[in-house]
Amino acid sequence: MSARLRRGLLSALAIVIALVWVFPVYWMANSSFIPNIQLQSFIPTFFPAPATISNYVGTLADGSFFSALGMSLAITLTVVFFCIIFAFLAAVAISRFRFRGRTSFVIAVLIVQMLPAEGLFIAQYKMVSAVGLLDSVIGVSVIYIAAVVPFTIWMLRGFVAGVPADLEEAAMVDGLSRFGAFMRITFPLLAPGLVASGVYAFLQAWNEFTVALVLLPSESAHTLPLWLRGFVQASATKETDWGQVMAASTLVAVPVIIFFLIVQGRLTSGLVSGAVKG
Amino acid sequence: MSAISTGRRRHPAPYLLLVPAVVILLAGMGYPLVFQIVTSLQEYGLAQQFGKPAPFVGLDNYAELAGNADLWWVVLRSLVFCIVTAFVTLAVGALLALLMAAVTTAARLILQVGLLLAWAMPVVAAMTVWIWLFDRRRGVVNYLLDMIPGVDMNRFDWLAQPSTFFLVASVIVIWMSVPFVAFSIYAGLTQVSDEVLEAAQLDGTNGWQRFWFIIAPMIRPVIAIVLLLQLIWDLRVFTQITMLKDAGSKSGEFDLLGTYIYKLGTSSQDFGMASAVSILVLAITIALSWFYIRSLLREDQA
Repeated sequence: MSARLRRGLLSALAIVIALVWVFPVYWMANSSFIPNIQLQSFIPTFFPAPATISNYVGTLADGSFFSALGMSLAITLTVVFFCIIFAFLAAVAISRFRFRGRTSFVIAVLIVQMLPAEGLFIAQYKMVSAVGLLDSVIGVSVIYIAAVVPFTIWMLRGFVAGVPADLEEAAMVDGLSRFGAFMRITFPLLAPGLVASGVYAFLQAWNEFTVALVLLPSESAHTLPLWLRGFVQASATKETDWGQVMAASTLVAVPVIIFFLIVQGRLTSGLVSGAVKG
Repeated sequence: MSAISTGRRRHPAPYLLLVPAVVILLAGMGYPLVFQIVTSLQEYGLAQQFGKPAPFVGLDNYAELAGNADLWWVVLRSLVFCIVTAFVTLAVGALLALLMAAVTTAARLILQVGLLLAWAMPVVAAMTVWIWLFDRRRGVVNYLLDMIPGVDMNRFDWLAQPSTFFLVASVIVIWMSVPFVAFSIYAGLTQVSDEVLEAAQLDGTNGWQRFWFIIAPMIRPVIAIVLLLQLIWDLRVFTQITMLKDAGSKSGEFDLLGTYIYKLGTSSQDFGMASAVSILVLAITIALSWFYIRSLLREDQA
C-alpha cells in the first residue's frame, strides 16, 4: 500500500472517529430542537427540520432554571474571585521564596488536590450543617475553594516562576519599590495565567455535582447541575420529555463548552507538564 | 537575585502570603478530614444525629466493614470498573494520538475538534444525553443495533442488569476521558524528533520497531502519569453512577464506592461506617497518587 493511500485511509478513519465522538453532543443539540411528538416516534430524527424552540420555552417556563442559574453564578463567581487571590498569593510565596516548610506545603497541596469528594462529603456535610450553612452560597463555596485552590496554585506557580526575578530587580534599580515593581512588571505578565486559572476554577465550580448534592439539599438552593438532574427525574415520573431535557442540557452545556475551549491547552499541559517536557 | 534573596531568611512575607490558602484548606479539607477520621472510630448512627454523644468504639467500624460481604463486592466492583475503564481509555487514547500523528492536517484538526467538544461537555449534561441515547424504547443505540441483521435489540433495557449497566457506565466514562489522554499523548509524541525517526528508518527499522524502540520509551512518562490520573479519576464516578441509577434501578447491585458511601450516610444515617468507607477510598487514592505526586515534586525541585 502506498504511503499516500495509507495516509488517505487513516485520515478518513480519523474523520469517522471524530463524527462518532461528537455524536452525543450533536444529538443533544439536535433533540433539543425537535418537537416532543416527533421524538416519541420509534424512528429517530437525525436532523432538526423543521426546528422548533418550543422545548426551550417549556424548559424555561417555571423559572426554576433562572433560580439555579443565579445560584450557580453566585457560587462560581465567589469561588473564582477568592480562588484567584488565594492561589496567586500562595504561588508567589512558593515560587519567589525559599523558606522553611515550603516543601511540606507543596506536598500538602498536591495531596489535597487528589482527594476525591466521595471521600470527604460525609464530613463536609456534618461540618457545614453544624454551622447552619447548608443551602447557602458560603458553605458550598468554602469547600469548592479548598478543592480548587491546590491545582490553581500549581498552575500559577509555573507562570510566576516564568517571569524572571531579574526583571523586577531592574525596575527596582530604576527606582520602583518592590511592591511597585511587582505590580507594574510581573503582574501584567501574569495576566494569561490568572485568566487560565480563573476559567479553570469557573469550570470546576460550575460543573460540580457531588458536593452540591450533599450541601444544597433544598430545591430552591439547587445549582444548574442539580437542577438538570432534578429536571430529568421529574420528567421521568411521567413519560420523559426528552426534547425538554435535551434543551435543558444544552443550556447548561453551551457556556461551559465555550469557556473550556479557551482554557483547554493550558489545562492539559498543567496536568502532565512534567511528563511532556521530559 | 540579590535584591530579592537578601533578607529572605526569616522574612515573614512568604508565610503571610500563604495564610489565606492555608486557612481555606484547613477549613474545607483539613477539618473534615480530621472529623472523618475521628468519626470513623465512633459509633455514629441515628441516635447521634439527634444529639446523643458518640462513643468511641476503636476500630469496630473497620472490623465490621472487614466482615461485610456487601462492602467487599462494592470494593471489588469499583476496582475492576476502575482498572478496566482506565486501561481501555489509555489504549483508545494512545491509538487516537498515533492516528493524529499519522493523518493529514485537516483530518487531525477535525478529530481534535470532535474530541474537544466531547471533553468540554459538563458531566451532568453528558449523562442525560447518554441516557437518552441508550433509552430502551427510543434510544438511537438500540435503533442502530436493531438494524444489524439478526440482532434484536428492540427495547433492550441496558440499565436493568449490572453487567450491561456497568458496560454503559464504562463506555460513557471512556468517551469522556479519552480526549484528555489522546491530547496528552499526542503532545508527548510531538516531542519525539523527526531526525531520530529518520535516522532509524535509514538504519532499516520498520514502523513497528520504530514505535516500540524509539517512540514508546520516549512517551512512557506521559503514559504513566495519564494512566495514574485515569485510575484515580475512575474511582470517583459518583455523578455518572448516580445519574445512571436515577434512570435505571436503585438496587445495591449497581453501587460503586461513591454511591455506597452516599447511601450509608443518607439513607442509613450511619456516619461512623460511612466515614470508615470514606477513609478506605482516601487511602486507595493516596496510595495511587503517590507516584504522581512524586513526579510533580521532582518538577517543582527542578
